[in-house]
Amino acid sequence: METTLFYLFGALALIAAISMVAQKRIIYAAISLIVCLCAIAALYLLLEAPFIAAVQIIVYAGAIMVLFLFVIMLLDPFSTAILRDKKKYLSYAAVILGAATLALIVPLLKAYKPLLTPRNPEIGGGVGTAGNIGRVLFSEYLVPFEVTSVLILVAIIGVVVLARRRS
Amino acid sequence: MGLIHYLILSLLLFLVGAVGFVLKKNVISVFLCLELMLNAVNLSFVAFSRHLNQVHGQIFVFFVMVVAAAEAAVGLAITIALYRNRNTLSVDDADTMKW
Repeated sequence: METTLFYLFGALALIAAISMVAQKRIIYAAISLIVCLCAIAALYLLLEAPFIAAVQIIVYAGAIMVLFLFVIMLLDPFSTAILRDKKKYLSYAAVILGAATLALIVPLLKAYKPLLTPRNPEIGGGVGTAGNIGRVLFSEYLVPFEVTSVLILVAIIGVVVLARRRS
Repeated sequence: MGLIHYLILSLLLFLVGAVGFVLKKNVISVFLCLELMLNAVNLSFVAFSRHLNQVHGQIFVFFVMVVAAAEAAVGLAITIALYRNRNTLSVDDADTMKW
């Protein structure tokens, strides 16, 4: 069952990702990415991380992608400037990049032996629940969590300054 | 499903994102590929978290998501400013700071 679901959602995520890169129209690329993100959320559920899966749906597929869709809607996505081709050599560079990354990582994965057993196998199951994550987040990771709020504040002010109309 | 399956899927997603990042000429497409790469890394974080039975990987995913949200907001604001000032969305036209 788990194997079937993994291959189903993994294939869905991969196909949606490839479709995102292959799409000419950017609005379809954004919708493909939403499908990909939802498939990854399903994989998080398979990995027993329900909190992260919920956050993935709410924050990524919900908030961030709606922001993207709004900007695409505002900026006239079908203008000719977008459809003009980039320099040709970059496509060769992309192929070389992909091949080089594969050539680097595939031997690493081949050399991998699953000797690294789970460190606390007796706990099992309830690691990724909202309660558990909240407990760790507000004790061990309290300072990074608070610094995050400063980061969000900086982002809010930056967005307002950048998107303001000069008058 | 073992850790290795998730790592391979994460690698493939990251590769698709990286190739798209180089290929695409539209600023928003480049952003979308960036989000895909972040998600591929998040997937491997959660896979390791499950494998080691520790919550820290998922905490890190949480922080990555927060930073990604801030990055998307600022990046899209820059995109809007670029479109207003140059009337373009092509990355090739925004090359004032290139050598």
